[in-house]
Amino acid sequence: MISRSQADNNAARAQILARIKEALRIPAPQPTLGAGPAEPTTAAGGLPILATAAARPWLPDGGDSPAESLALLEENLAKLRAVVFRVPDLAAAADCLSAQARERDWQQVAWHAHPLVEPLLAGVPCGTHQVDPGGSFDKQGLEICDAGLTACECLVAQTGSILVSSQTCGGRALSILPHVHVVIATLDQLVPTLADAFALIRERYAGNLPSMLSFITGPSRTGDIERILVLGAHGPKELIVILVG
Amino acid sequence: MTTVSKPAPAAAASAKQQFLHDAAEHVRDTGHRDFIRRALGGYYTSRDLQQARFRNWEHARDAASLAKWSAVNRLDELLPQFTTRFEANGGRVHWARDAEEARQIVLELLAAAKAKAVIKSKCMTTEEIHLNQAMEATGFSVVESDLGEFIQQLRGEPPYHFVFPCMHVRREEISDLFGKHLGTPPTDSPEELTMIARRHMRRLYVDADVGITGANFLIAETGQISITENEGNARLTAALPRIQIAIAGIEKVIERLDDLAVLLPMLATAGAGQPMTCYNTLYAGPRAAGECDGPEEMHLVLLDNSRTALLADAEQRDALHCIRCGACLNVCPIFKNVGGFTYGTTYQGPIGSVITPHLRGLAEWNHLSEASSLCGACTDVCPVRIDIHHHLLHNRRNAARTSPSRIERLGHRLFAAVANRPWAFAAGGWAFRKTLWLAKLLRPPPLSAWLATRDLPPAPARSFRSAWRSRQR
Repeated sequence: MISRSQADNNAARAQILARIKEALRIPAPQPTLGAGPAEPTTAAGGLPILATAAARPWLPDGGDSPAESLALLEENLAKLRAVVFRVPDLAAAADCLSAQARERDWQQVAWHAHPLVEPLLAGVPCGTHQVDPGGSFDKQGLEICDAGLTACECLVAQTGSILVSSQTCGGRALSILPHVHVVIATLDQLVPTLADAFALIRERYAGNLPSMLSFITGPSRTGDIERILVLGAHGPKELIVILVG
Repeated sequence: MTTVSKPAPAAAASAKQQFLHDAAEHVRDTGHRDFIRRALGGYYTSRDLQQARFRNWEHARDAASLAKWSAVNRLDELLPQFTTRFEANGGRVHWARDAEEARQIVLELLAAAKAKAVIKSKCMTTEEIHLNQAMEATGFSVVESDLGEFIQQLRGEPPYHFVFPCMHVRREEISDLFGKHLGTPPTDSPEELTMIARRHMRRLYVDADVGITGANFLIAETGQISITENEGNARLTAALPRIQIAIAGIEKVIERLDDLAVLLPMLATAGAGQPMTCYNTLYAGPRAAGECDGPEEMHLVLLDNSRTALLADAEQRDALHCIRCGACLNVCPIFKNVGGFTYGTTYQGPIGSVITPHLRGLAEWNHLSEASSLCGACTDVCPVRIDIHHHLLHNRRNAARTSPSRIERLGHRLFAAVANRPWAFAAGGWAFRKTLWLAKLLRPPPLSAWLATRDLPPAPARSFRSAWRSRQR
């Protein structure tokens, strides 16, 4: 097989970009905006764009106060069929996890090093499996775990989403491969909207993005068979959120 | 009731003849039509419910369409910006001018990786370039991990609908299919069937050395790719194999991360009536230092494949704003009657009828723009406000310009001559009223084609103009 060289790739790139430049010589009319959008601001390229802040009043509500946001989060998670436990402190969170492990007869819980995760494991009545940022990735070891316990970057009230990252939430597989995903989070991790979550990412990781950031919105699901909803297609069948505070 | 499956290809001489043949077959099949309507019933309800959660859906559509417009009209600036950032994060971008080049790139990556098993998550761009066939012909085994795509792969059919790939398949057929290929006992429970696929697939994720995914958005600001899915199969495909290859059309680029705050909820609501799709994941590159897992290499194939030809048509350029939510298919009276396979295209429904002539040639695919009632339902529901039904008219006009039909032109000239002379118009009307019964009886062509599926009303006793005059008195 003839290998495609860097020169071939550069040639393809140059040709595609040339076609684009040629195509864009005739401008396309800007979409007409209804009464809603504020005056578009002008971007670097001289074309108008909408500031995201301007779109915010039209999107689903994220709550104007922390109490409103919390109520929305709980409502959205319930609709998504996620299970939420509110606990006062980490000791109570540990009890909560142990109770779940006993009730569901877990043999093995997978976890990652994190100040919110570690205190929960002390009394857990089953085996534990730590995913290790240093070493090689033990896929088989993780695959046989019943549950994966992770921290999160933030919770989004507007959509009931949980944002996890590969840097602080145990990599890519921990939150998707085990049959149950347990998230441990504190109330101050709650943000109202997706736009706030993006602002948080930008602030936390400017120039050093985690290789994966995932908004998890409820347990894995599919409607592929006759459009009938089934939970637990390939990812976790159950999503449990332990909310501290 | 017949079982709907992809009709044998090349049964007809042209794409148009095939379309007419398949459309007739499917329209006759009332069982198929009822099944599709029933399957879509739940979608309408949940879509309306989620749309109502937007404080102003129409204004949100404005914001979404402007975000896509400003990106598509600055592709020359945003694509290099995206590429630079993606490669700075450790990924590698491969540019493909056409389908053949894209296939070649992927096959070479697989060969270099000495890949034994490939797992794939849902990606319409790979359907467009017929990647699976190319991989299999070269000896790589590939498994579709999305449940609907997996079912279609076992059936040996392309997707029926680009968002709901097997929505035409009944649970009994899936049970039989799994029994035949996986040796599982029969069941009529969608849940059981889903669990069969789940159990079957888990080992394959672990064993695969290469994972192939699509991409819904490419974010120029950060160099990330965004993948939207419900099942978690794309997450697994991008987590467990050693190498990740993503394939995306060049029009997928957006400028900022913040644009997703509008686009992700709109895609979920318009596409499947959800507040957010279950997993919306941003990938910046391969496994980074200090991370537990993830692929060692990440590649992105950027595909043109005639998208620049559509870009060059300023009038229809907004068709590249499409985020592939499938909302236009779900409301289209044509789609609901002729079904997804009849189109004979990778992208079915109204948006497919608009873009396919640009991707594959207007002369051969213009008939798709005739397969429209021009009701505009597609345009009404499009979350990024693509003027879909007018673009169908634009395609008709362009086709008439490039290869005018002599018969049509003659007909129009004749009509203009008559309509411009009141006496001729009156005489013509009189003649029509008097001879309509005869036409119904004799059914001469081309009237016979019209009458094959329709009735003619009885001729009115007098002309509209005469009725109008008596009203004025």
